[in-house]
Amino acid sequence: MIREFAAIDVYYLLLAARWTLALTALAFVGGGLFGIVVALMRVSPFMPLRALGAAYVNVVQGIPLLGWLFVFFFGLPILASVQVSSWVAATVAFSFYAGAFLGEIWRGCLQAIPRQQWEAGAALGLGFGEQLRHVIVPQAVRVAIPPTVGFLVQLIKNTSLGAVIGFVELTREGQLTNAATYRPFTVYIAVAAIYFAMCFPLTQLSRRLERRLRVAR
Amino acid sequence: MSLVELKGVVKRFGTNTVLDDVSMNVERGEIIAVIGRSGSGKSTMLRCINGLEPVQGGTVVVDGETVSAPGADLRALRQRVGIVFQSYNLFPHLSVEKNITLAPRVVKGIDPGTARELALGVLRRVGLAEKIDAYPDQLSGGQQQRVAIARSLAMQPKLMLFDEITSALDPELTGEVLKVLEQVAAEGMTMILVTHEMGFARRVATRVVFMHQGRIWEEGGAREVLEKPRTPELATFLDAVLH
Repeated sequence: MIREFAAIDVYYLLLAARWTLALTALAFVGGGLFGIVVALMRVSPFMPLRALGAAYVNVVQGIPLLGWLFVFFFGLPILASVQVSSWVAATVAFSFYAGAFLGEIWRGCLQAIPRQQWEAGAALGLGFGEQLRHVIVPQAVRVAIPPTVGFLVQLIKNTSLGAVIGFVELTREGQLTNAATYRPFTVYIAVAAIYFAMCFPLTQLSRRLERRLRVAR
Repeated sequence: MSLVELKGVVKRFGTNTVLDDVSMNVERGEIIAVIGRSGSGKSTMLRCINGLEPVQGGTVVVDGETVSAPGADLRALRQRVGIVFQSYNLFPHLSVEKNITLAPRVVKGIDPGTARELALGVLRRVGLAEKIDAYPDQLSGGQQQRVAIARSLAMQPKLMLFDEITSALDPELTGEVLKVLEQVAAEGMTMILVTHEMGFARRVATRVVFMHQGRIWEEGGAREVLEKPRTPELATFLDAVLH
């Protein structure tokens, strides 16, 4: 039975957008934790750590995100005999994925700080961790904000892939609404508008933060 | 025992030998000016003294600590040896006060209440007490370099290394930095300076070391080295820098 696309559908789409945001938030937190570890491994003075960090990044970036979703959703039950919900699989897969990209972004930001800054810290007797914490990271954070928020926007949009393992978020809800109303153009315009409403403010925020940090050094 | 003892130091970057069997002793209170062309190994020698560059041969001993040994306690060493760089290398995100007190707080654990006093004290010595709350990019090159000297002084080092610290400065700013150096020297600090300021070397240095092709080519009292070069290499070099 085909019904009209109505206000209630917009309401359902907005409800589904909550899950898009929730998955994004979880993936960003999880990915952030992985990312910090990866970035630090990649700039560490110990070769094996650097190699391990690089291997993680290469493996994650060399396989499509869709592939990782399948690995965690269908693979874990087979390989480890653990049943996972689409929530768990999506959260883990997206964190894994975000960790590699954030790790690379943040490594770049750490490395953008001139070598002489490390050296000045070392010359004053600061150890590696102290140089990082007091000298390098505070300067790198400013550089990191625009690409990090840029990636966050990517992440919001990429969560739509969660639909393939049955995770109902904005895009999946759009598909369901379309199946019921058969108004694809209207439905997907509404979906697009909601994505835009989530992403655009973030981009603006990034610009503002960037400007404010520049003034405050 | 000398404060600094270099014995047969060899430093290579890949196949390029930058220091070739360098030996030198520095006594407490000495002020050594190291001169020579760029690429002669002057800066590298300085960087080997505080362990910023590992050496491939010979030994570096500073204040009884063998810097060149594998497990050397560089953290302890660097509290006793300050270095000031050509490009200042102040921390741009920190105020002058924080630049100066970061290491004393983090490394020496001085109490935050006395940190500002410490910063003021060393800033007075370089004539910049009024800039304590400024940020590096609000200062001229000469002022930044004086803050860098103050930052180093705040660690109360026994030895200070200066790596061409006026080379990036305009001539009128060079003077203010040299004046500060002269005053630090007058306070009895042991100093090793890599410099192109021959007038300053002659006036302040107790000894001048001329480096050429990674070796100590000539050394001696400032007047004697600068006025009566014994080797054609030093004569050519002096001719080039003095005229």
